[in-house]
Amino acid sequence: MTINVNKEGEKLTIIPEGRIDTVTAPEFSKAIDDNIEGVKDLVIDFEKLEYISSAGLRVLLTTQKTMSKVGSMKLIHVSDVIMDVFNITGFVDILTIE
Amino acid sequence: MEITVPAIIENVEKVTAFVNAELEKINCPAKAKAEIDIAIDELFSNIANYAYNPEIGKATVKFEVQKNPMAVIITFMDNGKPYDPLKREDPNVTLSVTERQIGGLGIFMVKKSMDSVEYEYKDNHNILRIKKHI
Repeated sequence: MTINVNKEGEKLTIIPEGRIDTVTAPEFSKAIDDNIEGVKDLVIDFEKLEYISSAGLRVLLTTQKTMSKVGSMKLIHVSDVIMDVFNITGFVDILTIE
Repeated sequence: MEITVPAIIENVEKVTAFVNAELEKINCPAKAKAEIDIAIDELFSNIANYAYNPEIGKATVKFEVQKNPMAVIITFMDNGKPYDPLKREDPNVTLSVTERQIGGLGIFMVKKSMDSVEYEYKDNHNILRIKKHI
């Protein structure tokens, strides 16, 4: 997978490309952890994401817990396939999806 | 068609590539393909993490196509410790963000997205079979 990172002041945009699965979830997690300091506005852009498994949901949950305390986090460009995953798992209720 | 590989996390990608090549031959729709790929990740990583730990054993993944109605059947086999993931209690998917846990979410997603998921322990093998109509 490829992960593009854009940081402008307190705004961080993470754009993962490919799949977030058991193998790649640690990379996704690291891209967030390495850049999250001082961030109040986190945007995760799923436009180029094929799918996400529970290993990736773990990262989203941990990150949401962190961002809920210090600012905001939102997901954009979520495909139908990934939206189904969020619906099945109830993540639709705990994430902000635009 | 089947593939046998050492049951280590990194081989999730090898198994996914094997199954995707077969899915392409039958023009599997993108949504079903993504659901199947997620199921492979959840089930193969379970074997890699728990079946033989701390040793490394092998896992076999078998791919079959059923006709009328058209369905894909994928069977995961290992000869590690007996473990039925279907016995695991479903997670509570209505808890708030602070109370949320991740445990059990993977197998829950597989149960919800496949048309059937069956487990049996036979001849010292864990056999987990998923079926998806396409």
